[in-house]
Amino acid sequence: MELTINGRKHQVDVPADMPLLWVLRDVVGLTGTKFGCGMSLCGACTVHLDGQPIRSCTTPVSAVAGKHITTIEAIGSTPAGKKIQEAWVALDVPQCGYCQSGQIMSASALLAKNTNPSDSDIDSAMSGNICRCGTYGRIRAAIKQAAGGPPVAAKGA
Amino acid sequence: MKTVSPETVSRRDFVVAIATAGGGLLLGCRVDGRRSLAGSAETAGSAPAAFAPNAFVRIGTDGRITLIMNQVEMGQGMFTSMPMLIAEELEIGLDQVALEHAPPDDKLYGNPLVGFQMTGASSSVRMMFQPLRRAGATARSMLVAAAAQSWGVDPGSCRAEKGVVTHVPTGRTLAYGALADKAAKLPVPQQVTLKDPKDFRLIGTPAKRLDTPDKVNGKAQYGIDVRLPGMKIATVAASPVVGGKVAGLDESKALAIKGVHQVVRLDDAVAVVADHMWAAKQGLAALAVRWDDGANASVSTTDVVRGLDEASQKPGVVARKEGDAAAALAGAARRVDAVYQVPFLAHAAMEPANCTVHVRPDGCEVWTGSQVLSRVQATAARVTGFPLDKVVVHNHLLGGAFGRRLTTVDIETQAVRIAKQVGGPVKVVWTREEDIQHDDYRPYYYDRVSAGLDSRGKPVAWTHRLVGPSILARWAPPAFKDGLDGDALDGAVQLLYDIPAIQVEYVRHEEPVLNTGFWRGVGVTHNTFVIESFIDELAAAAKQDPVAFRRGLLGKAPRAQAVIDLAAKEAGWGKPLPAGWGRGISLLYSGWDSYLAQVAEVEVSKTGEVRVHRIVCAVDCGTIVNPDIVKAQVEGGVVFGISGALWGEITLKNGRVEQSNFNNYRALRMNEAPPIEVHLVRNGEAPGGMGEPGTAVTAPALANAIFAATGKRIRRLPLKPDQLRSA
Repeated sequence: MELTINGRKHQVDVPADMPLLWVLRDVVGLTGTKFGCGMSLCGACTVHLDGQPIRSCTTPVSAVAGKHITTIEAIGSTPAGKKIQEAWVALDVPQCGYCQSGQIMSASALLAKNTNPSDSDIDSAMSGNICRCGTYGRIRAAIKQAAGGPPVAAKGA
Repeated sequence: MKTVSPETVSRRDFVVAIATAGGGLLLGCRVDGRRSLAGSAETAGSAPAAFAPNAFVRIGTDGRITLIMNQVEMGQGMFTSMPMLIAEELEIGLDQVALEHAPPDDKLYGNPLVGFQMTGASSSVRMMFQPLRRAGATARSMLVAAAAQSWGVDPGSCRAEKGVVTHVPTGRTLAYGALADKAAKLPVPQQVTLKDPKDFRLIGTPAKRLDTPDKVNGKAQYGIDVRLPGMKIATVAASPVVGGKVAGLDESKALAIKGVHQVVRLDDAVAVVADHMWAAKQGLAALAVRWDDGANASVSTTDVVRGLDEASQKPGVVARKEGDAAAALAGAARRVDAVYQVPFLAHAAMEPANCTVHVRPDGCEVWTGSQVLSRVQATAARVTGFPLDKVVVHNHLLGGAFGRRLTTVDIETQAVRIAKQVGGPVKVVWTREEDIQHDDYRPYYYDRVSAGLDSRGKPVAWTHRLVGPSILARWAPPAFKDGLDGDALDGAVQLLYDIPAIQVEYVRHEEPVLNTGFWRGVGVTHNTFVIESFIDELAAAAKQDPVAFRRGLLGKAPRAQAVIDLAAKEAGWGKPLPAGWGRGISLLYSGWDSYLAQVAEVEVSKTGEVRVHRIVCAVDCGTIVNPDIVKAQVEGGVVFGISGALWGEITLKNGRVEQSNFNNYRALRMNEAPPIEVHLVRNGEAPGGMGEPGTAVTAPALANAIFAATGKRIRRLPLKPDQLRSA
């Protein structure tokens, strides 16, 4: 089977029902995409399929052949992904960082189609991504900053 | 910042550095990509020169400055705070350093709190504030001495700054790298002068985290990301009931699946070894393992609670006694009694449990993400029978831990047991279901509290009997003294409220139906919920405002009083709220030496659903190393605390954990997360711990806010709708 991942073609010999997540991590060797739940409950495994965010842990690889897969390793080469990564660094969003690949993929997809997301837009786009370190406030602020809002200072002194 | 990835670091440098410094032999380092088992004189002789005055700093003749991190990075910012301490005294910029995980070695890298290598208990900054500064200052002092010697001048006329030593009168300069050789030949000074805090240029600033860049582009390496030539992937099913055994399985069905190589059968677990996780998972399902559940086959949560309740009827070991609490209670104008309960909790770190092991005929290598690295080494040595120096351990970034990786009892032990039966390296990865159902759970605690009030509503007696297992007795037996578990009692024995008669008792009660362990805040998280809820009950009984009531009892604790005042002011305490809303306050103090007051604003719907609208925190953690990391720890700790307080609950039925994944073990999400304000008090007190207070302070603030909103006092977590529905 031929897959197009981050603009490169990969030949993989895997079962058709194998979730894309494990093809990326265990076969292709792109470990930036994370395993969190295996049931589309946490969003850690989010990648883009033709620009749309999908949960790779429940997406069979057969469903993605012939489509463009983008992972965290290459999201910085898209305009929205670059802005999101820069805002993430500027606000020091990550703590343990494990869920952040998925957070960034969801946020990049949001920003790519909505240049001025409201709080409720952010809620809708991001509520599928769990962060156990609790970085939600910074994620929200970073998305707004990436969208061109003023630099966001955390409340408190 | 160059990299935090240990894989890119030459272990050879490391061995040499330590050998050069005479700091003792480092065991089990890798040389030239092959496993070698010790740094030897021969190795040292053939390696590039480096200046390593202590175990934490290495300066290459090429100018490369490496800081060796004994505390692990699991999100709490240690790969920034710890380098800040060394860099401050070494007089280098954070942008000039590379970081490296310290190898297992209790002598060099032990945490003074426990005497072995451990990251946890909100101890890193508290325990390493002086040692790491001393390490940096020692190196700086030797580099300055080397420069002064080169120039034939008085070291006092030289200044170190940004990795360069300058002779102030003449303006001559020498970079640290150029001085490394010379400095390495100088004696290590026994006494060094640390900087005056007023001269700090890094400590106290919101320096950017060194680990962020690699955490936004997929480069950060966690244990689960390890990839080795010839490595297989295994997934595992351990007995669903503690004490159960494998009774039977259908190995042929698993082996028929493409990509499956091997079934490893242990007495209490089964692993399927495959080319990739998908095949391993399919294989495990195909095995249709049958279990002999053993003695716990029919246990349920109600059995555990019954056992705790019975144990709570008897007096415990007295941990604190002031005055005669029984007499004061008997003589009080009014008496208030309550039973508080907190449930078993899973950690549910985002990175599921995993560990990679390669057992060879002559040694063993382990790749993991652990809070107790030397214990991983000891565990692997014990399971394989190899001596310690034949076990190499590589630590990684941790994808969250929250106390989960303080034990090696299950994850690493099991992985090594599996790997002993596998030819070549094997990465053992637990599914989320396995992770939730085989955790080392926060224990179920059961507390009896009573207080007496005088006729004006002033507390005259306080008794607190807490009942639960002792994690410490298992984890660090010497720390369990005279029947007291200082960790389980943390927060309870320090009760700050000025009450003339106090008695705190501990009843150790083991319920070996689930494995229990440390969970963010551990004893403090549980005790703060009990104490801060109950003090609120007393305020209500005395018909006093909860803030004013607390303030009146904190005259001898000015730092606690100050954070309460600050939180109340910033939260607008007393301002009207819509119907169905309430505001609650709680106070945190403990052996962590930090003070945190929180005001929570919640709304309770008619169906009992709790919505948290706003959280305001005031923090006094003494000297602050990095205020932005302190804030992040409070923000994150609060979110962790809200998840636990509103929904966190592991329950047992037929000996089995009923929860399995994020659908039934709920975690707070973006659309549910309130704005969190963190206000910092600045002072020069000794640094306090900040990894756990944000979590510990949250549940009681929410419970007190719910009481303010509904008049319902919830004494059993979680704060579920069934306890809150309108009548």
